[in-house]
Amino acid sequence: MRTPAPARAAQYLALLAYLVFLAFPFLWLLSTAFKPPRELGSAHPTWIPEDPTLDNFRQAFDEQPLLRAGANSLLAASGAAVLAVLIATPLAYVTTRYRSRLGRALTGWVVVSQAFPFVLVIIPLFLVLKNLRLIDSVPGLVLVYVVWALPFALWMLAGYVRAVPAELEEAAAVDGAGRLRTLVSVTAPLLAPGIVATALFAFVTAWNEFFFALVLLKTPEKQTLPVVLTHFIGAEGVADLGPLAAAAFLATLPSLVVFAIVQRRITGGMLAGAVKS
Amino acid sequence: MTRPAEASGPAHRAAGPGAWFLVLPALLPILVLSVGPLLYGVLLAFTDAQSGRTEPTRWIGALNFRDLLHDTLFWESFRIGLAWAVGVSAPQFLLALGLALLLDQRLRLRWLARALAIVPWAMPEVVVGIMWRLVYHPDAGVLNETLRDLGLGDGRDWLSGLATALPAVMIVGIWAGLPGTTVALLAGLQNTPQELHEAAAVDGAGAWRRFRAVTWPALRPVALAITALNLIWNFNSFALVYVLTGGGPGGRTRLPMLFAYEEAFRYGQFGYAAAMGCVMVAVVSVLLAVFLAGRLRGGGDA
Repeated sequence: MRTPAPARAAQYLALLAYLVFLAFPFLWLLSTAFKPPRELGSAHPTWIPEDPTLDNFRQAFDEQPLLRAGANSLLAASGAAVLAVLIATPLAYVTTRYRSRLGRALTGWVVVSQAFPFVLVIIPLFLVLKNLRLIDSVPGLVLVYVVWALPFALWMLAGYVRAVPAELEEAAAVDGAGRLRTLVSVTAPLLAPGIVATALFAFVTAWNEFFFALVLLKTPEKQTLPVVLTHFIGAEGVADLGPLAAAAFLATLPSLVVFAIVQRRITGGMLAGAVKS
Repeated sequence: MTRPAEASGPAHRAAGPGAWFLVLPALLPILVLSVGPLLYGVLLAFTDAQSGRTEPTRWIGALNFRDLLHDTLFWESFRIGLAWAVGVSAPQFLLALGLALLLDQRLRLRWLARALAIVPWAMPEVVVGIMWRLVYHPDAGVLNETLRDLGLGDGRDWLSGLATALPAVMIVGIWAGLPGTTVALLAGLQNTPQELHEAAAVDGAGAWRRFRAVTWPALRPVALAITALNLIWNFNSFALVYVLTGGGPGGRTRLPMLFAYEEAFRYGQFGYAAAMGCVMVAVVSVLLAVFLAGRLRGGGDA
């Protein structure tokens, strides 16, 4: 089936329009991050800084404790990613492979709970974490993120578990491998790339999260990057836009890198090979 | 334990004690941090709980809900929330459908376009808000500068104008949700039967007929699911508008979540804010049920 040339041209044009719409705010952020104050205040701001500078980045680090906030974010996001995968992998395995009423009920609950507005969850969570003495602490935030990351993690992992052929596990059982042995030496290695991808997704979700961090972390030393970023915002004068843009750009970099890694991950080929042999 | 020849297949094996062991790690956190808090939250709605108060909290029955009924500010916020949810989700779907159809074509550089199209998905919402503040900035923003270059006037302060604030934040909402919706629809498009498409083309069906008769029926379930989810997510959204306008000007962009957040954590009215949460869940569930029921019934003739 061939598409006529004029239609093809229209398609490319439309695609270009989409990409411009999606990319221009980010390009403007980049441009602002590298502009000196004089250009930011100019009556005719340009796309490409005439006199690019790194001063905005230096100033951003001077104004706000970005390094410490970054460390907090890193701790919260990696803690949430590891714990979420540890909890979700067995649950996803059981609900896809077995008839477990409890497993189904838990998965169902996790999905349905998505529809509830955060405000109904955050007030009780605030009180519960206060009683557990986990309020205003990054470990407390990690616990919240784990539960919050579960729906997507379960959904992703269920797909990966389904892709592991049950025949492989059955063959191992026939060969006399115990249940645990089968899980550890047959299922786990095949599932590993999926588990890593899921953990990376959970990492990005937690790294980007704002609402829970805003409510639960009050001490400035404990706040994560998104919360600290909002301290730059306010009645900002034109000269403050540079550091704001620089800090926002830096806070996005880890998410972009992780996303790029996840995208390239291909698990299909490996599985196909395993079934044939 | 299991025989490969078992007719019902592995998915129907009964769970032994081992399965319990595998479910346990999820059970405790979900009970303590999800089920418990939600029930607790519903109970709070019937109390006069406040933050940092020394007197004990008392049951006050449905008093919070009766107050809420007469709280015109809350219902104004609720109305804005619904307008926002529909005004963001509908264009989001249409734009995402267009983009997904394009990305499904055999175009050159498709891989690059796919990669670029999902970049906004990876960004923290706070950064998205900051980015668009820079775009909308009255003096240093690229929007006003472009308008000036095109000779379309001096531009304006988009985020603090009474008339422009809500449309301006809606555009940001659409932008932020476009990649996720596109990816979902793209996944749905992979399920459309390619042979049917080609057969229809051979029979002389135009692009629009092929879309209606072949693509859309296959895409429908995904489209419905993602739109329903978008409606919920958008109605409950917080960070974008918090960063862009903080609910201003004059409450024009104060979404229900911002309203409830202020009630709970600025004024300390935990019980009252919990009642708002309950009302939001109830109304959204009803609206969603109506939307889905209507769409599913309309499925026969479409």
